Amino acid sequence: MPEIRSYTMNFGPQHPAAHGVLRLVLEMDGETVVRADPHVGLLHRATEKLAETKPFNQSIGYMDRLDYVSMMCNEHAYVRAIEQLLGIEPPVRAQYIRTMFDEITRLGNHLMWIGANGLDLGAMTVFLYAFREREATMDMYEAVSGARMHATYYRPGGVYRDLPDRMPQQKESPWTKGKDLIRVNEWREGSLLDFVEAFTKDFFTKVDEYETLLTDNRIWKQRTVNIGVVSPERALQLGFTGAMLRGSGIEWDLRRKQPYAMYPEMDFDIPVGVNGDCYDRYLVRVEEMRQSAKIILQCVDWLRANPGHVMLKNFKVIPPTREEMKDDMEALIHHFKLFTEGYCVPKGETYAAVEAPKGEFGCYLVSDGANKPFRAHFRAPGFAHLSAMDEMAKGHMLSDVVALIGTQDIVFGEVDR
Amino acid sequence: MNAPDFQTRLADALGDSATISTDAHGLVTVEVPAKHWLDAARTLRDDENLAFEQLIDLCGVDYLGYGQDEWETGDATSEGFSRGVEGMGPGRFRWRELPEAEEVENRFAVVVHLLSLTHNRRLRLRTFAPDEGFPIVPSLVETWSSANWYEREAFDLYGIVFEGHPDLRRLLTDYGFTGHPFRKDFPLIGNVTVRYDEERGRVVYEPVEIEPRVLVPRVIREDSRYKADDIDQAADDAADEIAAEASD
Repeated sequence: MPEIRSYTMNFGPQHPAAHGVLRLVLEMDGETVVRADPHVGLLHRATEKLAETKPFNQSIGYMDRLDYVSMMCNEHAYVRAIEQLLGIEPPVRAQYIRTMFDEITRLGNHLMWIGANGLDLGAMTVFLYAFREREATMDMYEAVSGARMHATYYRPGGVYRDLPDRMPQQKESPWTKGKDLIRVNEWREGSLLDFVEAFTKDFFTKVDEYETLLTDNRIWKQRTVNIGVVSPERALQLGFTGAMLRGSGIEWDLRRKQPYAMYPEMDFDIPVGVNGDCYDRYLVRVEEMRQSAKIILQCVDWLRANPGHVMLKNFKVIPPTREEMKDDMEALIHHFKLFTEGYCVPKGETYAAVEAPKGEFGCYLVSDGANKPFRAHFRAPGFAHLSAMDEMAKGHMLSDVVALIGTQDIVFGEVDR
Repeated sequence: MNAPDFQTRLADALGDSATISTDAHGLVTVEVPAKHWLDAARTLRDDENLAFEQLIDLCGVDYLGYGQDEWETGDATSEGFSRGVEGMGPGRFRWRELPEAEEVENRFAVVVHLLSLTHNRRLRLRTFAPDEGFPIVPSLVETWSSANWYEREAFDLYGIVFEGHPDLRRLLTDYGFTGHPFRKDFPLIGNVTVRYDEERGRVVYEPVEIEPRVLVPRVIREDSRYKADDIDQAADDAADEIAAEASD
């Protein structure tokens, strides 16, 4: 019998299933993984060091580029950390808008995940379905902030501006015309809130569609059931958070356990898995989409009924309106100072965490009283998850590594920072 | 179990070596000397009343230049803007002009954020590396597996060596990278640039060409709204003195 030698192979960084720029050095015994050594850092941009050389406000845009499929949740953690240091609390309406957009972000992230994970494991259709809906979440981002992805919408003291009264409509183009155009614009007749409501109410049936494609699909189950099993004890040891932790059967959700923004007012359930395998994590995330939709609808109702300010009236931190600047010297000075020097944040340190779609996204800020953070550190959920790749992949087949990358929902913007 | 109660339990469990404080936002911070680092970590994890099952985050901090600004805000001069660019804050120098790192006591710190799911509580744990020239801190990998990559990251970016770490390699920087980029005496523009050389047909490393430039100076302003305790104390003392003089 010929002797089989174990050999080393490179997975990525130019592999479509590597979700960006993951280089995975795999030590193989035949087709079985003996050791997986992820080499990360190909997308390292030193976000933390850059943040330390810029006034606090100017780094909000960098947050979008960390986990670039759940942009506003990252902003939320950073903005909350600044607010904690400054000791300010945004108005209730801003908190509701943040809650709603956190959940819209969660939908966008999970749609990306279900599409990419499906595609990795050979289910093409679900990708097309998911991206159809994801486009709508991008449109909501665009309507509210002007940018489809990198919104920079949350600011210390509230959100950049109130929700628009009119949802922008699609124009006729070679790709959308005639019946298509009417269908696309059907929900866009009213305000942004109308659009969000129409989309979300319809979204439950869309989740059912994804489930008919995957949940009882024989190939899907063969690829995910009993793959990458993590026991609850190990999940805690490995620093898992979010759906990775809940998939292992631990009921832990910061939105419920350490609530922030308007989550204490919201009615939603926390799905948990039983076996801690890829299939359970899939079920958890799918159910999370339904729960997110429930939260969005609650926010829409409240926001409709309660107009009000979306920014604190604290001109040491937030810029004055253009109108005020035209006839008030003080307003002009404040505007000038805010955009040249920024504001000084009192000495101290803080850690603010939010339940981002991938897990706990935290922001650790140290201020020495200057207009720039002395130390900014971002705790990315994907970083802890990817560090467990070796343990999860050991003993699995090469093709299962793809399932593991998918189930960890890795995005390199946040792992490499 | 309310917060003060929790602090007494912490103090009982950790002994005299630990300094316990609460930050302005209610998060309890424990400072431990490096030699008690591992004991403290194990106690925090295993003590039933503490039960910090999860290491959520670990990062290095370089305290070089803490509390220093680049702009004299105390008095105005006629020199205008240029007084703002005198300082040598991070981002303002290049590799060859490295400012002499001053002797700072307790320059490198390792900060850990722990989470107890049982008690729904967070805790910040900090230690300072004893030797600034060659900072060594014991590794927490044995206590919490998640410390593995976080310690590799802190080693890579700050050069803090974690004693007992099973696989202490660089994590985020390039293969063959020199220096520890997040140290405050490492230039923001870096040291080398990488480009593909058409003639030689390979990637070459060259000294960085861009100018170091920071548009906004680092400014610290005394703000009466956020008066630090020591300033309050100084003001109170001065007021007492004046009152005492007046009564004489």
